[in-house]
Amino acid sequence: MDWALLLDKTILIVIIFAVSLGIAAYSTYGERKIAAFLQDRIGPDRAGPFGLLQPIADGIKMFTKEEIIPTASDKFLFIIGPCIFMMTALMSSAIIPWGKSFNFGGHEFSLQVADLNVGLLYLFAVVSIGGYGIMIGGWASNNKFALLGALRAASQMISYELAMGMSIVALLLINNSLSLREIVDGQAGDGNVWNVVRQPIGFLIFLICAFAECNRAPFDLPESESELIGGYHTEFSSMKLGLFLFAEYVNMFISSAIIASLYFGGYHFPGIDSLDLPQNIAAIVSIAVLFAKILFFIFFFMWVRWTLPRFRYDQLMNLGWKILIPLSIVNVLVTGAWITFFK
Amino acid sequence: MSLYLFLTLAILTIISALAVVFSKNPMYSVLWLIVCFFTIAGHYVLLNAQFLAIVHLIVYAGAIMVLFLFVVMLLNLNADTEPHKSNLTKLASAIAAGLFFVVLIASMRATELGEFNLPNKTNIGFVEEVGKKLFTDFLLPFEISSVLFLSAMIGSVLLAKKEKK
Repeated sequence: MDWALLLDKTILIVIIFAVSLGIAAYSTYGERKIAAFLQDRIGPDRAGPFGLLQPIADGIKMFTKEEIIPTASDKFLFIIGPCIFMMTALMSSAIIPWGKSFNFGGHEFSLQVADLNVGLLYLFAVVSIGGYGIMIGGWASNNKFALLGALRAASQMISYELAMGMSIVALLLINNSLSLREIVDGQAGDGNVWNVVRQPIGFLIFLICAFAECNRAPFDLPESESELIGGYHTEFSSMKLGLFLFAEYVNMFISSAIIASLYFGGYHFPGIDSLDLPQNIAAIVSIAVLFAKILFFIFFFMWVRWTLPRFRYDQLMNLGWKILIPLSIVNVLVTGAWITFFK
Repeated sequence: MSLYLFLTLAILTIISALAVVFSKNPMYSVLWLIVCFFTIAGHYVLLNAQFLAIVHLIVYAGAIMVLFLFVVMLLNLNADTEPHKSNLTKLASAIAAGLFFVVLIASMRATELGEFNLPNKTNIGFVEEVGKKLFTDFLLPFEISSVLFLSAMIGSVLLAKKEKK
């Protein structure tokens, strides 16, 4: 075992962990500010200047609230549900290339935890396991609203995973690789454009499915408070509820990073190579570029949430099975034909 | 190193597989089965079959077990609703399982264990290699299995379709 590599990866994992949680915390603040802006309100402004300490106050509140476990619930599964959800949310960040590598006196420091040969498939595996957190939590609560929410979550995730997978297939046909680093690098350099230009329909399908997989409005059927009280997290209180809500924001952050990497050139921007920067500066610039894209997509997630009303359940299933899946299959066929005849 | 990894994984696999059978609650059985699939995926990784491992996780742990869980949750199966079996059924199943065990032991004794070495190519389980093999050496089985899936899909559509009155 190479100790330097182990140290590198440990440092990187700790940093990514902290950044994911930090961004997720401030996404809650951003969400409330944007909601307030769209609804012509002020939003949180009491804790600290401009309400900037609000996420910390919320965190303290979550941790110190009374913890209630229903007597009729399955205690072990009740506790492990939110844990699984949070764990899978954080696990998916392992394959994202966060920027170009640094060079500290000849020691290469790569900004990707694992450049897996099966990178994208790893992502799918983690996403599909994430659903268990909701299902287990909802079932263990022993509450009919929670159970309904959990069932909805499960069927929604399965339905939209299919279309998501098919939209990725078309992307793979173009990029010839499953490794995220290679997909990102394939979108830079001469003659290469961002994948969103080459795969506009695939991008739209992926985006819609990402919303559904994150359980974000307009697809937040599993928790729709007006019909199911709180859906799968009805019975949860204190930090276990916090984990569920928080993991949603982590998911949003990671999905934004994935969308930016797959379709918007990741840490590249047009002309980044012509600047001819020294390696470490280029690495910092590339990180900044990726985070600018990620923040835009987080904003986009919120923008949509506060603009569109929630789908009805049958509309959700119709959209998934009757529109997105056929469309994504056609997209794969067209892409395949285009590669066969024009390349 | 890899021997210890293998032993750990193997013991975990056996424990989780036994737990599937011995759990009173069907929900726990399903969850133990998921753990079992994870450990089997670990074995695939040890054999350099990354692609197989991850597809195993997506298909079995990610999709099929979600459906299992779905059904268990919908039917709300638990220890109270478990059907009570008569002693005759228990005896019959014990005899059947015992006979199967005997056959298994006999066939294992008859098998000759050859030397098995991992191929030196470390990229043998990569997507490219698996894809090439599927579309050259194993093209016919691959195509036939895809026809099988197609018929399964059409069958389920037919079953779900409402009959016209």
